[in-house]
Amino acid sequence: MRRHSSVRCLAVSLALLVATSAQAFDSQGKLIATSGMTMVEGGSGGGIVPWATIAGYGTEGQPGASAYYTVVDVQDYRLDSYGASFSWDNRYELSIAHHEFDLKDLPLEDQQQNVFGAKVRLAGDLIYTDIPQISAGLQYKRNTRFAVPRLLGARSREGVDLYVAATKVFLAGLFDRHVLVNGTIRRTKANQIGLLGFGGNKRDKHEYMFESSVGLMVRPDVVIGAEFREKPDNLSAAPEQHWRDFYAAWFPTKHVSVLAAYAKLGSIAGEDHQEGLFASIQFTY
Amino acid sequence: MPTSFMRQTLRCAALSLLLLCPPVSADDSLYRDLGGKEGITAVVDAFLQAVIEDERIVHHFKGANITRLREKLIEQFCEVSGGPCEYTGETMEESHRGMNLTTGDFNALVEDLQTGMRNVGISLSAENRLIARLAPMHGDIVHQ
Repeated sequence: MRRHSSVRCLAVSLALLVATSAQAFDSQGKLIATSGMTMVEGGSGGGIVPWATIAGYGTEGQPGASAYYTVVDVQDYRLDSYGASFSWDNRYELSIAHHEFDLKDLPLEDQQQNVFGAKVRLAGDLIYTDIPQISAGLQYKRNTRFAVPRLLGARSREGVDLYVAATKVFLAGLFDRHVLVNGTIRRTKANQIGLLGFGGNKRDKHEYMFESSVGLMVRPDVVIGAEFREKPDNLSAAPEQHWRDFYAAWFPTKHVSVLAAYAKLGSIAGEDHQEGLFASIQFTY
Repeated sequence: MPTSFMRQTLRCAALSLLLLCPPVSADDSLYRDLGGKEGITAVVDAFLQAVIEDERIVHHFKGANITRLREKLIEQFCEVSGGPCEYTGETMEESHRGMNLTTGDFNALVEDLQTGMRNVGISLSAENRLIARLAPMHGDIVHQ
């Protein structure tokens, strides 16, 4: 009990530290929006897909940081997610995220999870090289409460996702607007990104999943786009479907950005057609 | 008989079209969207103004011959946008040698150019196309 509340406390403190320490990170060497948003498991990405981008606005030899808060509100559930990321040299990224998953209609405690992430840029540059920017990352996830996942048949309360992401911006690529294209391959056995534990009675092996995001910079401060995330289906009691969203992200400055999306999350823990608003705010340095 | 007459007429029409229209060597739509030579001159002036006010990179321009830099930038932007100009300056590698510029410096320059173009009312589509044509120079400019 003490241990997971301390991780949560750490996530909150780091997020607040980043959000209030503009002076400490005066890097800003990247072009606006090229930090990405913070994806729901922490680290730079879209809303539901990790990208090859590195969090924050630091470039070569510079630090970067970001803090975020995300709410996903669908018919029968609500997810609150927050955390922080730190980067160095536009190459290395460390992230921490905390999830509180509220099963609205059930008289149960929130399901909770912590995610520790690390990512390294291996090759390429988002904008300036012919090849895409390519990064590899991992997400170590641990359920701090396991009653609900166990009830549904999950085999483990912790798991590690590994992924490789390739992301490229095509300048003036479509309608004379910049276009972002991302593809990610993830090795995972997480049920609903880990919120319902790892592995299950149907399957308890890692699988490779494909995830993708596209974006169009319709204005210098606005990106609209869509995402897709393929998911495993390990629990017979809780069939799982792929996730999709349509998003708009607004970058009024390099320090603050917001994302609003309509997320279609399919069936979750036995409740079908879970759809609704995905909203996220990010502070970046 | 009628076919040969038609062929001759067509040949004649094609010939007169060739004579009437100047040869279209390259696509100059970006050059025109930037407002031709006059528009590009305004862009370069606004760009240099933004650079001079940019504390991140202004030190790289200490001692530079701004009049010559302005002239070469106008030539270069005119040429890359498909206009009737020829860039006569050094290669990008030569002119940035020893400066040891970083991607951060290059991005600052991109932002100053965007600021310049926005300040003189260039459309977002022309802005994005010019950035797209200049961006490939990144590799020749940084870490030289």
